[in-house]
Amino acid sequence: MSTPAAQLENIHKTYHMGDEPIRALNGFSTTFDAGSFWAIMGPSGCGKSTLLNVLGCLDRPDQGRYQIDGRDTAALTDDALSEIRLKYLGFIFQSFNLIAQLTVAENIELPLYYLGWHPERARKRATELAQEVGLAGRLQHRPYQLSGGQQQRVAIARALANDPVLLLADEPTGNLDSATGVEIMEMICALNQSGKTVIMVTHEPEVAAQAKHRLVMRDGRIERTEARA
Amino acid sequence: MKNNRLLRNIRLGIKTLLLHKLRSLLTMLGVVFGVGSVIAMLAVGEGASREALEQIRRLGSHNIIIDGPRPDGDEDGQRGERSRLLIYGLHYADLDRLLEGFPDIARAVPVKLIQREGRIGAQAMQLRMVGTTPDWFELVERPMLDGRPLSGLDLERKANVAVLTEHAARRLFAAARAGLGSQIRIGGTSFTIVGIVQSESAAAGGMQTPDRNTDLYIPITTAQERFGDLQEHRSGGSRSREQVQLNQIIVEIGALEAVEPNAVAIASMLARVHRRPSAYRVNVPLALLRQAEATRRNFNIVLGAIAGISLLVGGIGIMNIMLASVTERTREIGVRRAIGAKQRQIVYQFLIETIVLSTTGGIIGVAIGMLIPWVISRTVAMPTYVTPISVVLALGVSMMVGIIFGIYPAIRAARLDPIEALRHE
Ligand SMILES: Nc1ncnc2c1ncn2[C@@H]1O[C@H](COP(=O)(O)OP(=O)(O)OP(=O)(O)O)[C@@H](O)[C@H]1O
Ligand SMILES: [Mg+2]
Repeated sequence: MSTPAAQLENIHKTYHMGDEPIRALNGFSTTFDAGSFWAIMGPSGCGKSTLLNVLGCLDRPDQGRYQIDGRDTAALTDDALSEIRLKYLGFIFQSFNLIAQLTVAENIELPLYYLGWHPERARKRATELAQEVGLAGRLQHRPYQLSGGQQQRVAIARALANDPVLLLADEPTGNLDSATGVEIMEMICALNQSGKTVIMVTHEPEVAAQAKHRLVMRDGRIERTEARA
Repeated sequence: MKNNRLLRNIRLGIKTLLLHKLRSLLTMLGVVFGVGSVIAMLAVGEGASREALEQIRRLGSHNIIIDGPRPDGDEDGQRGERSRLLIYGLHYADLDRLLEGFPDIARAVPVKLIQREGRIGAQAMQLRMVGTTPDWFELVERPMLDGRPLSGLDLERKANVAVLTEHAARRLFAAARAGLGSQIRIGGTSFTIVGIVQSESAAAGGMQTPDRNTDLYIPITTAQERFGDLQEHRSGGSRSREQVQLNQIIVEIGALEAVEPNAVAIASMLARVHRRPSAYRVNVPLALLRQAEATRRNFNIVLGAIAGISLLVGGIGIMNIMLASVTERTREIGVRRAIGAKQRQIVYQFLIETIVLSTTGGIIGVAIGMLIPWVISRTVAMPTYVTPISVVLALGVSMMVGIIFGIYPAIRAARLDPIEALRHE
């Protein structure tokens, strides 16, 4: 069996607001196999985004063990965590999060810039990625000149630039109309078919239905997991 | 490769700043005006003080210059019947007293001025003769252009020889180096021109027997013998007579540290002899030099303080905008961090933006600061001088302002929690 993409053991994350501690993750354990496609579901506030932040090395668990691609993330410095994000991870956000003053090409190149790629090589890769997401003619456009669906495609291209092990998507279709959402989902499914591990948070059952596995959360824990029929 | 990356970062910084052109420009203004005004003021101050220092330096730091100035009013003159006789100036005896009573004096050079009409062939013109000794040419450090200076022998023999200034030569013979060997008739005496001496430049020395266009140096013994101490001036219908022995004595002191004490002693000696304090004036170039240098130092300190304050204000302005910019771009910072940017790369990005901003401000400021003195020099003929060091310093300081006032906003940007930054609206 190959190394799991991500492995969580007894993860706790507690926020302290007022008197009541909020247990966003409360002993969460699971393994996300390489090449799998998970939809994370559950009611609002159950800890889905918190889970994704931990998986994305943006947040540290208070307790528990998290390994990404076989590497333990405990005791890693901020720089080392940045390095992991840079090399292993790709993020797709609900609100696209493109950088407004950069062109489409520059947005896609951003991870390559931090990876220290030569500009010409980076531009070549960005052009290829733009082509893959169907935006070949938009390289010099600014994000505000694109529709929501197009912006999300740019975000996907950017998330793919560093050829990540794990793609993390927090409600990637949440800001899109259903038709555009379907297009984006087709793209994400295709990525998974080409071998990328995808972990996606969503509220929409029809979106979740496209994942190979579903994980339903409640109060910071797994309520149940189910495989696609 | 590394350089290339820095260039790219700078280009990115410029690009970001250009997104808000007006804001970036307004942000820079503090530094622009701070640097501009300081460079301009420094240039004007430097020009003035250079001129002053050069004038003083030319007077000689070892010298003491004693004048016997012509009184302004006539209250001191003695009235005659139809004409009045004005008696002023230093005495021949003063020269002897100086040479006898002051062992520190290496040389003392008398100067006696005489206004007469002179003729070359049929051409007549008003001349000013400077009766002096050969030492004069060494004390004032004026090189000969042609011929020879006055000699001891000329003095001894009361020879009818003259050294012409360059200006005078040009006026009388239409060429700076012409006229050597020619004869000039002055009051029944024919003088042979034996040398041409360089003129005092226009910018220099007000105190040291300033050149007129037609100046001519003759042995003082000859001057005494041929022209005496009494001079008549006719202007319009009135006639005035002046009796002057010596107009000036230039004293050279052997040791530099003895200059100022001797000046004090000479002044008190003259006070005893002349009683009237306005009869003599003791100028010490060294003291003036010190004073001018102190003035310049004070001026520079004041300017430095102004520069400091204006750059502080400019820097705070930049910091303020950068803090606002960090808040405004919180989301961007979050995205960059999520993608994998390290904290120091965020610091770097914002710091470069601030440095680009402040250095551009500095460059514009330097340009303005150099333009203003240029305009001043052209319009009001005031000397200005932009020292290279002030330009380098200004650019360096504006870059420093960028670093100092940029580091805090940059660190604040880098320390943002990526999750919160991503959630920021
Ligand atoms: N920074 C924080 N400070 C305090 N409490 C927090 C913080 N972040 C999250 N929480 C709390 O932790 C719990 C889990 O939050 P999380 O964002 O993971 O929920 P979610 O499942 O993503 O919800 P939604 O479906 O609405 O996005 C919530 O109760 C939330 O209020
Ligand atoms: Mg959420």
